[in-house]
Amino acid sequence: MTNLTDLGIADIRDGVATGSFSAREVATAFNDAVVAGRALNAYLVETPELALAAADAADAAKALGDLKPLSGVPLGIKDLFCTKGVETTAASGILKGFVPQYESTISAKLFDAGAGMLGKLNMDQFAMGSSNETSAFGNVISPWKRNDGGNAALAPGGSSGGSSSAVSARMAPGATGTDTGGSIRQPAAFTGISGIKPTYGRCSRWGTIAFASSLDQAGPMARDVRDCAIMLEAMSGFDPKDATSLDLPVPAWETSLSGDLKGKKVGVPKEYRVDGMPPEIEALWQQGIAYVKDAGAEIVEVSLPHTKYALPTYYIIAPAEASSNLARYDGVRYGLRDLPDGANLQQMYAATRADGFGAEVKRRIMIGTYVLSAGFYDAYFTKAQKVRALIVRDFEQAFATCDVLLTPTAPSAAFGLGEKSDDPLAMYLNDVFTVPSSLAGLPAMSVPGGLDGQGLPLGLQIIGRALDEQSVLNAGLAIEQRAGFTARPGQWW
Amino acid sequence: MTDYRIQGATGEWEVVIGLEVHAQVTSESKLFSGASTAFGAEPNSQVSLVDAAMPGMLPVLNGECIRQAVRTGMALDAQINPWSRFDRKNYFYADLPQGYQISQLYHPLVGEGSLRIEPEGGEPKTIGIERLHVEQDAGKLMHDQHPTRSYVDLNRSGVALMEIVSKPDMRSPAEAGAYVRKLRAVLRYVGSCDGNMEQGSMRADVNVSVRKPGGELGTRTETKNVNSVRFVMAAIEIEARRQVDVIEDGGTIVQETRLFDPDGNGGKGATRSMRSKEDAHDYRYFPDPDLLPLELDDAFLKAARASLPELPDAKRARYEGELGLSAYNADILTADVETARWFEAMLAENVPAKPAANWLTSELFGALNRMGRDLVDSPVSPKQAAELIALVADGTLSGSLAKQVFEIMLETGQGAGAIVEDRGLKQTSDTGAIEAEIAKVIAANPDKVADYKGGKDKLFGFFVGQTMRAMAGKANPGVVNDLLKKALDA
Amino acid sequence: MSVDLATVRKIASLARIATSDAEAEALLPELNNIIGWIEQLGEVDTTGVEPLAAVIPNHLRLREDRVTDGGIRDAVLANAPQAEHGFFAVPKVIE
Ligand SMILES: [Mg+2]
Ligand SMILES: [Zn+2]
Repeated sequence: MTNLTDLGIADIRDGVATGSFSAREVATAFNDAVVAGRALNAYLVETPELALAAADAADAAKALGDLKPLSGVPLGIKDLFCTKGVETTAASGILKGFVPQYESTISAKLFDAGAGMLGKLNMDQFAMGSSNETSAFGNVISPWKRNDGGNAALAPGGSSGGSSSAVSARMAPGATGTDTGGSIRQPAAFTGISGIKPTYGRCSRWGTIAFASSLDQAGPMARDVRDCAIMLEAMSGFDPKDATSLDLPVPAWETSLSGDLKGKKVGVPKEYRVDGMPPEIEALWQQGIAYVKDAGAEIVEVSLPHTKYALPTYYIIAPAEASSNLARYDGVRYGLRDLPDGANLQQMYAATRADGFGAEVKRRIMIGTYVLSAGFYDAYFTKAQKVRALIVRDFEQAFATCDVLLTPTAPSAAFGLGEKSDDPLAMYLNDVFTVPSSLAGLPAMSVPGGLDGQGLPLGLQIIGRALDEQSVLNAGLAIEQRAGFTARPGQWW
Repeated sequence: MTDYRIQGATGEWEVVIGLEVHAQVTSESKLFSGASTAFGAEPNSQVSLVDAAMPGMLPVLNGECIRQAVRTGMALDAQINPWSRFDRKNYFYADLPQGYQISQLYHPLVGEGSLRIEPEGGEPKTIGIERLHVEQDAGKLMHDQHPTRSYVDLNRSGVALMEIVSKPDMRSPAEAGAYVRKLRAVLRYVGSCDGNMEQGSMRADVNVSVRKPGGELGTRTETKNVNSVRFVMAAIEIEARRQVDVIEDGGTIVQETRLFDPDGNGGKGATRSMRSKEDAHDYRYFPDPDLLPLELDDAFLKAARASLPELPDAKRARYEGELGLSAYNADILTADVETARWFEAMLAENVPAKPAANWLTSELFGALNRMGRDLVDSPVSPKQAAELIALVADGTLSGSLAKQVFEIMLETGQGAGAIVEDRGLKQTSDTGAIEAEIAKVIAANPDKVADYKGGKDKLFGFFVGQTMRAMAGKANPGVVNDLLKKALDA
Repeated sequence: MSVDLATVRKIASLARIATSDAEAEALLPELNNIIGWIEQLGEVDTTGVEPLAAVIPNHLRLREDRVTDGGIRDAVLANAPQAEHGFFAVPKVIE
C-alpha cells in the first residue's frame, strides 16, 4: 500500500469513498507525520483528536453512504482563522492564550464539508511578512534544502509559511492560507506546491483575523491544481456576515477543470521583467510560456504600466488598514494585558501593545498611523487609492486582449532564514509580482514550474479576470501537466 | 426682545453657538450587529462578538437605521446623498472596543438642511443644519463600582446614532433650548428617535465661542454630552461667561473638549476641561474597508419620503387654518407628537375640533398635571373623551355637568354616557321646572332684583348661578339665560 | 518628507505603542527609508482619478432590523484578562 501521507486531497477523498482505506487510517498517518515533523515548527497547535473525530465521522458516513465533499480529508488550518475552542493567536504574543468562542466561516465550511483539523499552522505574525520569520513562536523551516551540500535553513515563504511547509513536507494534504499581498502564492512557490487566491469577496473574511481588510482573501494551498479546486469550492460562497462577500453561486471548478487552452489568449506583461531579475526566473517564465503555447494558447504581450507603483501603493494601504484593524488588541477584552505598577489605562494600552506585537507588526502600525495622520492623509492614503484605481484600470485594459496573465510568482527561489530579515525593504520586494493582482482583487494562483540551479522550486503565477477562477485553474493545470513537477524535499527531519 | 449679550468689563459680548446632537435611532438591533438595543439590560448581556470587537468580526449594516436617518433628513428639508460611505474614526478608549468608531466624515448620508425655531420671548428663526450622519455609539464606563478599577459595559456599544450638526447660527441659550426642543419634536414625529434625554437617547455637544458683537469668530470649545435642555442652556451661559472672563483677564481660549458639571461651582454649574480626551484630536479618519459605499436607489428614497408623517409646522398651520383653532391651542397640540396623536384620535370620533381642543388643553392637561401623569398614561382614552365632548355638544351636558362627569370618569374609569345614565346627570331644558326655580330665586332676593332693574347688569350672573345651583347644575344654561331674561326684564 | 524623532514619538503615542528612546532612534532610519520609498507615488499623474472605493463591483447590502445576537455574556467575557460582576475591568479612568 502507498504511504497515505503521499496522497493528495482528491486521492484521499476518492480512496475513502471506494474503501481503499479508512479515514481513520489517513488521519492517523497525518497525525503521526505532524508529530514527526515538529522540527519544522509548522504547527503551533496540534489537534490530533479533532482529525480523528472527523475521520470517524467520515467512516460512519461512508457506512451510511452519506459522504460529503471532503469526508476523510484532514487539513492544516492557518492560525489566522479563529477556531472554536482551539487557541488562535495569529502567531502573535498579543493573542497568546486566546481561545475563540466562534468558528471562522472558512474553517466552518471546511469542517461542514467533512474535513478534519490536524492543527493550527504557524505564520508570519498577523500575516505580516514574506518569510515566516515574524512569528512570535519561532521561524517555520522549509523542508527544502539547497543541493549545495550546505545545510542552510530556508524560508518557507510567508505569511502562510506553516501552511506551505506542512503541505510540502506531507504533514497535511492541504491547508488554508490567506493572501493579502502574495501570502498564499509566494510560499507555495517557495515550497513547490500550488495555491490560489480567489477573487476578493469569494471567501468570507468573517472570523479570519484581519490584516488589511480590502486585500485579505483566504484560499487553499495543496499539492496540485485539482486539490486546490476541490478545497476552494468548499471554502467559497456568500456569507451574510461579511459585507464584502460576493452574493454569487460557487462554480463547479473541479468538474470543469481542463488543461486544454485552445482559443485562449495568455498575456505576458512586459513590466514584470524587472531590473535585476535572476536569469533563472526569466528562463522559468519562458518555459511557462512554452507550456501554455503547447496547451494551445496564443501568447500576447500586454502592458501594465503602473506595475512599478504597486508595491509602494500596497505599503501605504495595507499598513493604514492594519494600524486600525489592530487597534482592538488593547489588553481589555482578550489576549495579553501588560499593566505596569501604577499605570493608567492609556499606559496599559501602550505597554500591552509594545510587549505583545512583534517588530514588523509595530513597524507597519507605525507606517499606517503616519500615513493616516493629520496633514498626511491626502498625500499618502488618498494618493495610494488613486494609484490603486489606475492599477485596476491597467488590468482591465490588459484583459481586453487576453484571458489570463502569466508571470513568475516571486523574483527568486527561497532564501535562507535571516538573509533578509534585517532589511524590511528587501523583504517587501519579494511580493513585487503578487501585490498588483491583490490590489486589483483578482484571482491568482501559483503552480510549481521547475527547479532552480540549487534544486529549489520556482513558481509560475497565473492571474485571471475577476470571478474567472476557472481560467486560472485551467491554465495552472495546463502548466502542471507539462511541467511534470515531481520533486519533493528529502525527509531530513 | 433685545439681543442676548454678556456684560464684560470691556463691554458687551455676543455668543455664537452650534450644536451637535446625538440621537439614538429607534431600532430593534444595533447599527452593525444583531444585538438588542433595549434599555436597562444586565451588563454585557446585549453584546455580540461584533460589538465586543473580537478578532475577525465584521460589521453588517442595519437597513432600518439608514431608512430612519434618511426620513429624518427629509424632515429637516435636507439634501439626501444617494452615495455615502462609512469612515473609521480612530482613537483608544476603554468604551471603544474596536479602537475606532464607525462614523461618516467624508461622505455623510445627509447634507445641508434647516430647522425653524421659535425661542421663548424671541423672534422665530431658521437654524441651518450642516449635516446628519450615522455612527456607532460607544459602550459605558462605570467609575464608582470599585476603588481602583473602572468597569466596562458594552451594551450600548454599536447602537445606531444620528449625529445632527447645526450651523453656528444660534446666539442665545434660549435659541439653543428652542432648537433642541424643536429637533426633539421633529424626531419624535418622524419616529426615528424617542427623544428620551434621561435615558441618553438624545444628548448634545455644545460648541460655544464669544466675540464682540459682529466681530471675528472666536475660538470655540466643545462641551460634550449635555443631556437636558436645561443643561444645554446652562452650559452655554456658564461657558460663555467663562470665556469672557478668560479673555478679559488677558488669557486665550483653547480649542478643547469640556465637560458640563451641573453640581460644579457650589451647585451653580461649571464646565471643565476633559483631560482624558486631550490627545484624541488626530482621529486618522479613513473609509472603513469592511464596508462598501452605501448606495440608495430612487425606490428606497421615494418610499422613505412617502412614509413621512405630517410634521409639526404643517400640522400647526392646518389646525389654525382648517380647524380654526387658536394659535395658542394649535401650538400646544402640535408641540409633541403624542399630544397631536391624542387630539386626532378624538377628532376621529367625529367631535367638533374647537371644543375638543379646549377641553384637551384645559381640562385634561389640568387633571394630568394634578395627578402628575403624562398624556401617554392618561386614565381617560381619546374615545372616552370624545364621548364626553359629544354629550356637551348635543346639549346633554352643560359645561359644569361635564366637569363633574369628567371627575367621575377619572375616579371610576366609567364612560361619560354610563355616568350620565347612572347618576341622572343629564341637563334639563324643562322650562316649567326652571321657571319654578327662577320664581323662587326672584322671590328670595327682592333687593338684588331692584338693583338689577336699577341698572346693575352684572347681577345677571348672580341670578344664573342661583338658578343653576337650585337646579343642581343640571339646567341647560342657554334655557336658564333666556328664561331669566324674560322674568327679570318683564 | 522625512520624519524626525519627535514625529516618531508622536506616531508611537498615537498608535499606543510604548517606545523607548533607543527604540525610537532605531525606528527613525527604518521609517524614513520606507517613507522615502513610498513617496515615489508622487511621480504618478493622478489628475482626475477617483480614489478606489470598492475593488470588485459589489453593493452594500442592508440587513433586516431583527435581534439575532447577544445574550452571550459568558462567551464575550471568556477571554477577558480581568472580568468582574459581568463587566470588563480596567485601571480606573479619570474623565
Ligand atoms: Mg462631536
Ligand atoms: Zn458623533
